[in-house]
Amino acid sequence: MITETDVELPTLSPDEIKRYSRHLIMPEVGMDGQRRIKAGSVLCIGAGGLGSPAAMYLAAAGIGRIGLVDFDVVDFSNLQRQLLHGTKDVGTSKNESAKRRLNDLNPHVQVDTYETLLSSENALDLFKQYDVILDGTDNFPTRYLVNDACVLTGKPNAYGSIFRFEGQASVFATKDGPCYRCLYPEPPPPGLVPSCAEGGVLGVLPGIIGVIQATETLKLLTGIGEPLIGRFMIYDALKMKFRELKLRKDPDCPACGTHPTVTKLIDYEQFCGIRPEPDLSQVAGANVSDWEITPVELKKKLDAGETPFILDVREPNEYQINRIAGSTLIPLGELPRRYQELPRDREIIAQCKMGGRSAKAQDFLKSVGFTNVKNLKGGILEWIDKVDPTQPKY
Amino acid sequence: MPNTINIPTPLRPFTDKHESVEVSGATVGELLADLTTKYDGLRKHLYTDEGKLRNFVNVYLNDEDIRYLQKEQTPVKTGDTLSIVPSVAGGRV
Repeated sequence: MITETDVELPTLSPDEIKRYSRHLIMPEVGMDGQRRIKAGSVLCIGAGGLGSPAAMYLAAAGIGRIGLVDFDVVDFSNLQRQLLHGTKDVGTSKNESAKRRLNDLNPHVQVDTYETLLSSENALDLFKQYDVILDGTDNFPTRYLVNDACVLTGKPNAYGSIFRFEGQASVFATKDGPCYRCLYPEPPPPGLVPSCAEGGVLGVLPGIIGVIQATETLKLLTGIGEPLIGRFMIYDALKMKFRELKLRKDPDCPACGTHPTVTKLIDYEQFCGIRPEPDLSQVAGANVSDWEITPVELKKKLDAGETPFILDVREPNEYQINRIAGSTLIPLGELPRRYQELPRDREIIAQCKMGGRSAKAQDFLKSVGFTNVKNLKGGILEWIDKVDPTQPKY
Repeated sequence: MPNTINIPTPLRPFTDKHESVEVSGATVGELLADLTTKYDGLRKHLYTDEGKLRNFVNVYLNDEDIRYLQKEQTPVKTGDTLSIVPSVAGGRV
């Protein structure tokens, strides 16, 4: 149980008693449990897909204080799953929109917003002010930062992560339980992780996973039930199956093991292999035009009657949304066994949604002996912006 | 006897979209070797250039992490299921 100062549990007003009556009539929660919930606080890292359902249910359940760390602005593409935000909120800050929604759900809840990127500089100070940290982040640097800061401050991490139709959840960094680094000591190098553009997520999926995170938060605050500690839930929405894997606290864990090497927060972008792109124009001998082409340059080439082979490495469903006329679709994952279909005597222009996957395709093709391969800068999105605005963007 | 390996979503592009693959072998290592023989594109996602299982790829035999069994030497029985559980993030990396 999180709250150690039982004597100082807040009281419930008549309004609150009415509001929480369905909790109060259950002996497992009751007045004591509800007061523990009210005494409790959660810091949501991200007010997006996972943060939305988690924060909304925790607010409705009567948690005392919710902190939101986000610096993003509501976009139309968020509305398919981020229920904290509505159509009228597009263009406004997620924190502001979330706070409005949470205040409306339950005015008894204090909502603190932090319009900032969680960083090694601010994480420890922020975490110290909350009982539970709810990790709803979508990238590795922040996930390792959250984990290490939880271990260093002794705060449990109600963890969730989603990808397409599959979700994961666990509770990390409790006193005796494993942390994320016990499971994954190090992140994958950037090149081996599917990028956001390859990802996508079923809109209802964060609803399930975020509510699991909220459930675990309530259990940690009230001390009821068996928290998801030392267990890793994997949910497959398509099969409608939950699988549970065992997690162990690794005595050699760099963060929470017996001889930890992580004793302070580090540079997580660097740890995850993400560095600012080198300015290749400054590198002696390198010529940007050898490996990259802009949409405008490609258009000029085509208008001049040149016939480069335009290789679209996206997935077929993306190709249905928009495409460059005359391009050939070979999804990145199929390229290793289909590259023989490509002409060796023509210039190849690799292209995807934003340029990430096609850069991988370019690297791969070079590794199997293609010499004249360029990457379309900014992908189909920049092509639409600069050359062909009649096509829809996604 | 064949065993099943569950393939996680991010790696399905390398298994012709299959969610699970039937493989044969007497140990976890042999099952994984059979898998990467069938789907060569998976190899670099699972193994380093030196042939070591990557440390961001966790392999479970049923519900137990093979790191806490006999790693790749762990023997498998009929009906055992192997799961590859990589770290996943939907974000910008």
